[in-house]
Amino acid sequence: MSQSAASSFLVIGERTNITGSPKFAKALKAGDWDACLAIAKQQVESGANVIDINVDEALIDGETTMVKFLNLIAAEPDITRVPVMIDSSKWSVLEAGLQCLQGKGVVNSISLKDGEAEFLRRARLIRRYGAAAVVMAFDEQGQAATKDEKVRICTRAYRLLVDVAGFPPEDIIFDPNILTVATGIEEHNNYAVDFIEATRVIKATLPRAKVSGGLSNVSFSFRGNNPVREAIHTVFLYHAIRAGMDMAIVNAGMLGNYDEIEPALRDLVEDVILNRRPDATERLIVKADAIKAELDAAKAGGAVAAAAPVDAWRQEPAEERLKHALIKGIDQFVEQDTEEVRQNAARYPRPLDIVEGPLMDGMRVVGDLFGAGKMFLPQVVKSARVMKRAVAYLTPFMEEEKKRAAAAGESTRAQGKFLIATVKGDVHDIGKNIVGVVLACNNYEVVDLGVMVPCDKILAEARRVGADVIGLSGLITPSLDEMVHVAREMKREGFTVPLLVGGATTSLAHTAVKIAPEYPHGVVHVLDASRVVNVVSALLSPEQKPAFLADNTVRQDKQREEFAGRRSRRPLLSLADARARAPKFDWASVDIPRPEFLGTRVFTDVSVKTLLDEEFIDWAPFFSAWELHGRYPDILADEVVGAEATKLFADAKKMFARIIAENRFQPRAVLTFWPANSVGDSVEIYADESCSRVLHTFHFLRQQLDHDGGKPCLSLADYLAPKESGRVDYLGQFAVTAGPGVEKFAAEFKAANDDYNAILVQSLGDRIAEAMAEYFHKRARDLCGYGREEKLTPQEIIREKYRGIRPAPGYPACPDHRHKPQIWNLVPVEKEIGIQLTESCAMYPASSVSGFICNHPDSKYFAVGKLGKDQLEDYATRSGIPLGEHEKWLGPYLDYNPA
Amino acid sequence: MSAVVTAAPLAEHPSYAALRELFAKRIVVLDGAMGSMVQTYQLSEADFRGERFKDFPHDLKGNNDLLCITKPSVIEEIHAAYFAAGADIVETNSFSATTIGMADYHLEEIVTELNHAAVACARRAARAAERATPGRKCFVAGAIGPLNRTLSMSPDVNRPDYRAVTWAQVVTAYTQQIEALIDAGADTLLVETIFDTLNSKAALFAIDEVFERRGVRLPVMVSVTITDASGRTLSGQTTEAFYNSIRHARPFSVGINCALGGRAMRPYIEELSRIAECHVTCYPNAGLPNAFGGYDETPADMAAVLREFADAGLVNLVGGCCGSTPPHIAAIAKAVQGLKPRALPNIPPALRLSGLEPLTA
Repeated sequence: MSQSAASSFLVIGERTNITGSPKFAKALKAGDWDACLAIAKQQVESGANVIDINVDEALIDGETTMVKFLNLIAAEPDITRVPVMIDSSKWSVLEAGLQCLQGKGVVNSISLKDGEAEFLRRARLIRRYGAAAVVMAFDEQGQAATKDEKVRICTRAYRLLVDVAGFPPEDIIFDPNILTVATGIEEHNNYAVDFIEATRVIKATLPRAKVSGGLSNVSFSFRGNNPVREAIHTVFLYHAIRAGMDMAIVNAGMLGNYDEIEPALRDLVEDVILNRRPDATERLIVKADAIKAELDAAKAGGAVAAAAPVDAWRQEPAEERLKHALIKGIDQFVEQDTEEVRQNAARYPRPLDIVEGPLMDGMRVVGDLFGAGKMFLPQVVKSARVMKRAVAYLTPFMEEEKKRAAAAGESTRAQGKFLIATVKGDVHDIGKNIVGVVLACNNYEVVDLGVMVPCDKILAEARRVGADVIGLSGLITPSLDEMVHVAREMKREGFTVPLLVGGATTSLAHTAVKIAPEYPHGVVHVLDASRVVNVVSALLSPEQKPAFLADNTVRQDKQREEFAGRRSRRPLLSLADARARAPKFDWASVDIPRPEFLGTRVFTDVSVKTLLDEEFIDWAPFFSAWELHGRYPDILADEVVGAEATKLFADAKKMFARIIAENRFQPRAVLTFWPANSVGDSVEIYADESCSRVLHTFHFLRQQLDHDGGKPCLSLADYLAPKESGRVDYLGQFAVTAGPGVEKFAAEFKAANDDYNAILVQSLGDRIAEAMAEYFHKRARDLCGYGREEKLTPQEIIREKYRGIRPAPGYPACPDHRHKPQIWNLVPVEKEIGIQLTESCAMYPASSVSGFICNHPDSKYFAVGKLGKDQLEDYATRSGIPLGEHEKWLGPYLDYNPA
Repeated sequence: MSAVVTAAPLAEHPSYAALRELFAKRIVVLDGAMGSMVQTYQLSEADFRGERFKDFPHDLKGNNDLLCITKPSVIEEIHAAYFAAGADIVETNSFSATTIGMADYHLEEIVTELNHAAVACARRAARAAERATPGRKCFVAGAIGPLNRTLSMSPDVNRPDYRAVTWAQVVTAYTQQIEALIDAGADTLLVETIFDTLNSKAALFAIDEVFERRGVRLPVMVSVTITDASGRTLSGQTTEAFYNSIRHARPFSVGINCALGGRAMRPYIEELSRIAECHVTCYPNAGLPNAFGGYDETPADMAAVLREFADAGLVNLVGGCCGSTPPHIAAIAKAVQGLKPRALPNIPPALRLSGLEPLTA
């Protein structure tokens, strides 16, 4: 509408008006607030300068709804950056709305309909609230239809407002009533002219007052025929704006350009709007019917694409659009824009020029912003998705080109090739994917071998593709050993490329002490994905590499010294002394609840929806997985990452809605209780409560660190009644999973080059697994009786305020991952709920959790910490498994260097 | 339509003319921080309680406003030190003296008395300073703080539509404080440290109602807090959007205080100076809090920055917020002495709306 509207003309979005938008009406009546917010947001994005909000509907409580919607909007900076027009025919709704607006908004509307006194009272209040007012051309006698009536009522209202109420004239916006034309009733033919002419007089005689109106009314006769309505709106505005109209309530997407209307149609519309000939209406109807018929025919042929609202950035040249899409992470148009750029063969003779030109330009901006902490991981992953789609689109052209180039003897190469894998025995994918995406964003060619990749495959592939850097990822402790193994093998096979390690269990210390000494060509620990680009670019730069590796060595030397120093500084207690410090309980009086059932139960009755509705999701680790750090929910309001965390959170909720709607996850659980007693640091599991037949013995480990003040040295066995107490205790075990659907769903996104949603699904799978663990621990406590007396909020449950613990094998209280196969032997976990164990005892699907359940009232989580050789020897004796085997599995916990 | 009755404008309180005269003459000086000065007295729980609240069942230490009743000599002494340093206006020690602010201490009952006592402490110091220098005029600004509950933000991110307080509650609480400050004789009302514009709009709404009821207007000073380098209030508005939100109250002055040091405030002070038809005020913190929660800017530092503002013709009133002391105010008063105050600009009237951002039609 660039030519038809004055530059200062304000567009007031009508789509959040229940009477102007059936979609909004439907969402509001259904209480679908997300949809309501999306409509509001779309209005602002498509260029509304102000949004009109109207919730007047017989079945809706206007005040409550208006307040709720305005409060919700207040939390959406993308919406609330523009002023709000509160629209209602009820004063109480208007006033309730005024009490929610921190900005200066507009009240729509007041009028003389209810008499002068009430009009003035409301005007004074509006001024006191600090808002502008739309004043309808309406008085005690009714609505003004003719020009003279409109001018008379507006003038009267103006004088009252300015002279009596002290209302600032610049805050008065007259709505002289846009009424429907072309109704077939002769008196209506001049309505548009009446409005336009009244506007001219009002603007000339009532200083500083503005004129507005609701546009859709004028074309109401042609509802169902949008091309004609659009033409009527455009022509009407063209003339009204010239007469001084300042703003209108419109559907911003339904405004055209006066000069671009088909001349024949424009003339017919103009005849109607300006009331130029008596048969104007009939003539327009004939034309409208023809247009409708054409439209229907085209629709039947499927040839007409719905006219999408056009964003301003879509008007830019294609290169700029690509850059914009990359930086903003918008993948909607990427293929079409890439093609458009490709068509420009003069500028981009080779498809690679597009990658290295506009695409890399965009990604460089993304990389710089990410490096400067101005963009956050979720945004980067979205940008990468756009990049990937663009590159995928260009790939066939590049392949073709490569063939030609090869024929001509040329070669092309990315910045460097990065091979990444999650090591054998480990199934954890998310962190590795994020690193891959971030590197790909920076024009590294990333070869991702996936999860559970054996060493020989990593090395063979690295050789085959000519990797410049190898990256290993792992989440569980046995993976650390596997990484040491890979390092050793790389040395043996004569590799010289740098090795990067990362993942939740890896650390600077472990890398320095255990991995780096095995491989002389640089082993670098990368804390998180945000660091990986700097590390890789330094390692691949001949100039920077020596200094970087020297610095890395210095830091690792320091770590090794500290590690050696720490061991000598804090000697461990002997196992005998540690056992002497086991906590003492009066077992005669300890409350030992008896579970409602013994043996195994399988549960498939808990849905993702239940877990969400009952607030079992612990969100903080979700944000950490995306490298947004902070406490939930404070993180959503965080100064630095709050905006991105909020967006990510919204995406997560949306994805959950889809997961639920499409039944994508299949959460399952298995829960068991067995009679049990402790015998020393081990726990015997019995077939029944006579405790005569031992089914299995779990051997646990004990803290040996000499805590200050002689604090107890704990072992999980301490929380079970000892055999000599004569009492029967119970040890629970559980395994839960979000189901195989997580990986399947993620794979679908990956196949569509959508890493963002793939990672999102995986990280939500993890949340569901953790929520299942929390949920079934709660059920377990209920089944043991004491849980039913808990009066805990979901937050308190997530913060583990309850009695009892559910330690997981491989985690600090029982660090031996091999407890998992032992549980699997007792309980048919794989058969019942499909969780498999890898050779490193990782669970697959990865979104699974398993562990023990202890009911002891004093039980709490603890970390076993460093273990002495005496305890390892004892452990070997108790378990009948050779010392060396234990040393391998418990490597990271050893306080000594095994032989 | 010529027979309409013209609205009688409210009468102006005499302080209006006196302040207008002072602001026309020179750059006016406001006092500095109250909290950091109170800290130097190292008062104990017993000091805060005094005789009267000896057996009060809740802790009272930290309730600085309460000292107006239990240790009035300390408060008066601090006011006196600021007048001695050259302040023309001191703020009453009533930042949290509303039923909502006092609820934390279970002292909602004494809110009116607290505001009376706060004005009395400041007025005694003002009279003493006026006596000491014949001809000098010392003013008392009734300080109205931002409240610890906000109308435009939810304390619960899971329920973004939830509000811990209602508009009516906020207006009621502010009304009580405003009535008490005016009854006790404050010369002007200072709605300050605004981080949620909607709260301040409720305060200004209450003020307007009280004025109408009394038939008389006091000068109203308004001061917003720009929380960080993003240039926005905590509730998300830009400086201009904020000003558009409150200009209907026809403030005597508008300005920025707290959160930032002076240097970081410059762009926003410049913006206000450009758009505000009323006086512009600036009382920054003594720099940003350091790692120990203290403030590092010396009197000379602060004075230099505010002098730059004055030199540029941006301000009509200067002073200090957190971390500033009487030596800071003395240095500031000296630095702006003799410099011309900002001339009130002629801003063309227009429809000026705002969301988080301004929109001029």
